[in-house]
Amino acid sequence: MKPPPPTTPAAASSSYAVVAEGLRKTYGGGRGAPATHALDGLDLAVPRGTVYGLLGPNGAGKTTAVRVLTTLTRADAGHATVAGYDVGRRPRDVRRRIGLTGQHTAVDGILTARQNLRMFGRLFHLDPAHARRRADELLEAFGLAHAADQQPQHFSGGMRRRLDLASSMILAPEVLFLDEPTTGLDPRGRSEVWETVRGLTAQGTTVVLTTHYLDEADKLSDRIVVVDHGRNITEDTPAGLKRAIGGDRVEVVAAEARDLPAVRAAVARVAGSGTAPSTDEATLRVHAPVAEGVPALTDVARHLQDAGVAVADLGLRRPTLDEVFLTLTGAGTDVPQPATEAAA
Amino acid sequence: MSTATHSVPVPLPADDGAGRRLYWAVADCWTIVRRDLTHLVKQPSLVAWQLGFPIVSVLLFVYVFGSAMEVGEGVSYKDYAMPGMFAMTMAFGFMNTAMAVVVDKERGVTDRFRAMPMASSAVVTGRGVSDVLHAALDLAVMAAIALVVGWRPDDGLFPALAAFALLLLLRFALIWVGVLLGLLAKNQESAGNLFAVAFPFGMISSVFTPPSLMPDWLGTLAMWNPVSATANAVRDLFGNPVPGGGSWIEEHALLMAVVWPLALTAVFLPLAVRRFQRLGR
Repeated sequence: MKPPPPTTPAAASSSYAVVAEGLRKTYGGGRGAPATHALDGLDLAVPRGTVYGLLGPNGAGKTTAVRVLTTLTRADAGHATVAGYDVGRRPRDVRRRIGLTGQHTAVDGILTARQNLRMFGRLFHLDPAHARRRADELLEAFGLAHAADQQPQHFSGGMRRRLDLASSMILAPEVLFLDEPTTGLDPRGRSEVWETVRGLTAQGTTVVLTTHYLDEADKLSDRIVVVDHGRNITEDTPAGLKRAIGGDRVEVVAAEARDLPAVRAAVARVAGSGTAPSTDEATLRVHAPVAEGVPALTDVARHLQDAGVAVADLGLRRPTLDEVFLTLTGAGTDVPQPATEAAA
Repeated sequence: MSTATHSVPVPLPADDGAGRRLYWAVADCWTIVRRDLTHLVKQPSLVAWQLGFPIVSVLLFVYVFGSAMEVGEGVSYKDYAMPGMFAMTMAFGFMNTAMAVVVDKERGVTDRFRAMPMASSAVVTGRGVSDVLHAALDLAVMAAIALVVGWRPDDGLFPALAAFALLLLLRFALIWVGVLLGLLAKNQESAGNLFAVAFPFGMISSVFTPPSLMPDWLGTLAMWNPVSATANAVRDLFGNPVPGGGSWIEEHALLMAVVWPLALTAVFLPLAVRRFQRLGR
């Protein structure tokens, strides 16, 4: 049998805000249709006060995971607690301690911003005076006071999303779930939302963030779990993930094709032990992994100068999360840029 | 931008006990109703659009087709058609319910409500209460227009009020059909296609023509249509001409105008609630 749900204050104050073990959820499969394993044994452990990024391609199971953790969907198997309460057995207790901003901006477009927040305040069972006060506070805090009496249907995408976030903060949730919070926003809207999320996390709210934007996970998350096919592939800090795939690489772009051998020789002198530089004849690019990036960069510049070779570009590359992600999910090659594999 | 959230409210003490639960079920329902009423106030054009079809029908049938329609010896077509129009508007109302439900579902508002500690029944009951209020407003507007073009309820105030109550009862029963269809519909477009179902449901009835004038099989279908029962019952209560086919169903219109809506509610209310609870599957 399953262990009893941890509902004691001691469990509620444990060091993890979210714990999930072996979550499974299958859709379809009836009448000969192929079953989709949206979740296939997902495990999560989100430390309190951190921003935890769920990173994965579309269809990886991120949204299903959030739906299970926010009591919207029942898992077929597995067990999850949020803020110390079992999501399957104590959904009401969970709902009082979470905020959810889903993929849709789920605010009423016709009610004004203020009316929206008052309505949500009442539905979180604040008394009318308290709901009014809370609405005003949130409008102020989320930079919407100037638009308080306008209809969200006339807002910019970033403003609507901020109102959506404000609606999730009525009770100052212990855990805030953000399901692709910047999908469909322009760059300005995205940075507005990022700034808001950083402000919330500075106050200690635990945030579970799903995204398929790698820069978003990189910028906002303390830890990232990479999810694919409903399972966790790996979990680490953003820096750790990048390290895991390999360290820095020195990259030199030759000015002319006839310089390539000399460039190769210069790069070879700084390359880590036992590694040869890779050369891409088409783009005149030579690169090699190095043990320590900055000294290697100055060394290679000196070698090039000594050899009297002019180059078009010289730089240090760190793997991006895109590359990490492609490597881990096997969707791409295990070399950062496929083009650089051409000749070695 | 400061995101300080001063005077942070803490989760309230347990609001579990049966009394508190009932209190919040009613309070949350009222919060949802207020939201829907605010929509009405802020979008008067929406009401106008939804009333557009019945109003245009009233004018067409009274002034354009009316002179060619013969429903019985010495019977004014206007007096025959008007109560039918009221019943048809109530019958078509389920499409408004379905559309409102599908819009909330599509925009994620339903999921937001479901992830909140509110009484989840309020999402459905709130819809029901505000749709009945909306329908009462529709009826008031239509009755006013009908009075302007010369329709009169001839049997006095109380039978007339009873007639309006029966009309609202039909609308109430069809709310659950609307909620169910709204929850089943994939998106707004497919909810819009419901008109293909609603149109024959409203028309193959005694609304515009006495079923006795239709081919036998169609007339029988029309007589047993719940819309006909309500239309005939309110004709009787308004003192307007009632199509007399002499069949059992037509003789017992008043009874059936109560039985049909109750039967529809008994079937579709549980189905709608079940479907709502199964959103989590």
